[in-house]
Amino acid sequence: MPLDPAFITDWGSAGIRLATPLILATVGGVFAERSGVFNIGIEGMMLVGAFTAVATSYYLGASADPAVISLLAAIAAMLAGGGIAFIHAFLTVTRRVDQIITGAAINILALGLTNTLFRAIWGETGRERVAGFPEVRVPVLADIPVVGPILFQQSLIVFVAYFIPIIAAFVLFRTTWGLTIRAGGDFPLAVDTAGLSVTRVRYAAVLFGGAMAGLAGAALALGAVRYFTPGMTAGRGFIVLGAIVVGRWHPMIAAGACLLFGAADAFQLRAQALNLGIPYQFFIMLPYVLAVAAVAGAIGRASPPQQLGRPYRREAG
Amino acid sequence: MGRIGCRGNQEKAGVGSTDQQSSAPELLRMERITKRFGDLVANDEVTFEVLPGEIHALLGENGAGKSTLMKILYGLQQPDSGQINLDRRPVTIRSPHEAVSLGIGMVHQKFMLVPNLTALENVVLGVSSPRPPLLELRDPRRRLMKLAEEHELAIDPDVPVWQLSVGAQQRLEILKALYRGARLLILDEPTAVLAPVEVGQLFRVMRLLAAEGRGIVFISHKLSEVKAVSDRITVLRLGRVTGSLPTAAASPSILSSMMVGRDVSLERVSPPVQGDAPILELQDVSCLTDRRTPGLDSVSLTVRRGEIVGVAGVDGNGQRELVECIAGLRPITGGRIAIQGRPPKGALRTIGLLGLIPEDRHEQGLVGDFDVAENLVLRAYGRRPFSAFGFLRWNHIRSHAVEQIDAYDIRCPGPETKVHHLSGGNQQKVIVARETQEDPALLVAAQPTRGLDVGAVESVLNLIRGQRDRGAAVLLVSTELPELFAVSDRVVVMHAGQIMGAVPPDPTRLGEVGEMMMGHTIQVAGDGGTAA
Repeated sequence: MPLDPAFITDWGSAGIRLATPLILATVGGVFAERSGVFNIGIEGMMLVGAFTAVATSYYLGASADPAVISLLAAIAAMLAGGGIAFIHAFLTVTRRVDQIITGAAINILALGLTNTLFRAIWGETGRERVAGFPEVRVPVLADIPVVGPILFQQSLIVFVAYFIPIIAAFVLFRTTWGLTIRAGGDFPLAVDTAGLSVTRVRYAAVLFGGAMAGLAGAALALGAVRYFTPGMTAGRGFIVLGAIVVGRWHPMIAAGACLLFGAADAFQLRAQALNLGIPYQFFIMLPYVLAVAAVAGAIGRASPPQQLGRPYRREAG
Repeated sequence: MGRIGCRGNQEKAGVGSTDQQSSAPELLRMERITKRFGDLVANDEVTFEVLPGEIHALLGENGAGKSTLMKILYGLQQPDSGQINLDRRPVTIRSPHEAVSLGIGMVHQKFMLVPNLTALENVVLGVSSPRPPLLELRDPRRRLMKLAEEHELAIDPDVPVWQLSVGAQQRLEILKALYRGARLLILDEPTAVLAPVEVGQLFRVMRLLAAEGRGIVFISHKLSEVKAVSDRITVLRLGRVTGSLPTAAASPSILSSMMVGRDVSLERVSPPVQGDAPILELQDVSCLTDRRTPGLDSVSLTVRRGEIVGVAGVDGNGQRELVECIAGLRPITGGRIAIQGRPPKGALRTIGLLGLIPEDRHEQGLVGDFDVAENLVLRAYGRRPFSAFGFLRWNHIRSHAVEQIDAYDIRCPGPETKVHHLSGGNQQKVIVARETQEDPALLVAAQPTRGLDVGAVESVLNLIRGQRDRGAAVLLVSTELPELFAVSDRVVVMHAGQIMGAVPPDPTRLGEVGEMMMGHTIQVAGDGGTAA
């Protein structure tokens, strides 16, 4: 039964939809880590992005075209993610606080902040559907059997996610900005002696990472469910960290890892419905277990940016 | 021969300029530079000048203030007082970037290269692109290859830097400076990482650059090299200039007394001891490097009781892997290692078997924030008398430290001094004291004199000799051939993870060692022998 075309179309379509937030956040994370800043706060930034997107869409209500509303919501989410990322950048780059501790604090902050604001807006139980990203169907291509509906009949944000990793790879490997970012995480002293500012490079990369995490949150909340629930990112920000490692800090390979995790997530949702007599919690675990296994397999073979996680300080003595 | 070439350079430079010979157009003049770090005066009214087309050697021991002076010139540090003039105009250099834009290039001892970028990417990093923000590499590649060809600096532009040999990385650093238009090139101890043949190549390049009218600052503490390549020598000691003279007028004895304030010699003091029982035996040992490339390739070696076997070779040819395999810190992929018949795994935990002086004393040898007493018992703290029933016995640890400080002449205010406050030489003595405390059968010393000044080199080598005389087998890894020849009973040479051969420590055999360091196989007649 599971191998009939309808199932595959349904599964593949859901897999890509679930992978979309992961891809967006992963690309941002790759930039931040390439510049030398570890960001475990991606989870929190996604959560804040999701909340901001839903709240923006909610307040704009039916006042405009859903496409316009979702666009404004996405921009608001990116600004919110970038704002949280600014805290991370200030603490880790300027104040040289431990990056893990700062990231963890940001996750806690984001969870508390969104929970509180959620109750303030929607009360104890309320959750309201809002306008989300419009569905796009590419003519002709969407008519291809099986593959067509999977790839070409999706929410608008999914199509954005198709292009982001390609653009990101181009920027990273074919522009001077990318060169500076790559050098910043590997050997910041060389960046400094070349007359470039390590601080500026790292701020830019972290802010971009935050904006992408915010957009990922918007994709999560407005892509399918179209409402916000507290803690709705459910650890996806950490799966993203795994995807970065598995993807060896390359935007396109990392996006591939995200597709894998998205497919696993889509599969577990369907497996739960099959009534196989296995407690559903085991299925929920599946994408996370896969992420852990993939990271464990990747570690040792991939070499991270050599100064990842270390604050830069020009030699004093 | 070198000097003839250099004189030619100066003439050429003179022709190129409008000034007369008498008031030579200085390229650089650093005047009365003073720099203090707390109580330490690193530079005390130092005046230093470089002419165009001149190779000016800056000579001095470690800690004499050479590096500080050059860091000031390169904008990494600011002087407390004094003036820098370039082309007779006063300049302030606040950052390396400003130094570069003024035409100053520096090749640091530790290269400023990004390991995961290619050679070409490293060269264009921070240089504005022809079509920003696109990373346009076609023109830069052409310019780089042209510079490389003109200056005999062969380089593969598309290989990631971590795959380049140390010599190639140095060439890349020089090219990087030239690409940015350096008229004044500072080379900080450039020969420390090179094999003798490569040193010769570097000197040729330096003369070529000087002939173009560039000024070269050559930092070194090796008299022979300074004599071979420079036009003028300025000697620093304890932050002060003790003299500045044309190379032609400088004799080694004058220079060394200007450097150290006394004569120092590294002559052999004891005749070779005839070894007997084998303590360390390696048979066809192979292993991998951290990057999973071949590290050691079928190395066989025997070190006997009462003998020092020196391991020569250019850095990065398997010496580190050899030491780590012997110490049981790196898995071997083939062959057999035995220390007194036991496998190396756990050898460091066996009392009186293996002493290890690691290559990086800060990372591996000491805990910088621990005091001298604590560092001295890092190996033995779990045993009596230093602890009992899981509790440390501080009175024993302290009194032990007082004894060792006295016995090893560790210069420090007391056992409670944190080791990172000690000088390099005294730090090394702490390690030697700890590692030889239980009279190990085998002592492995990796680059034990690296970064030490001449006086400290002498005392550390004497401590190592003392271990040999006590009957220990000693494996001494060093890149400094004179030291190896002064203390070893036998010198083996490593190249690309292999042992190329062995020679007795006879100064007439230095040439063979140099050849073998470059990977050339030499038929060794008879002696040398036990490295089968």
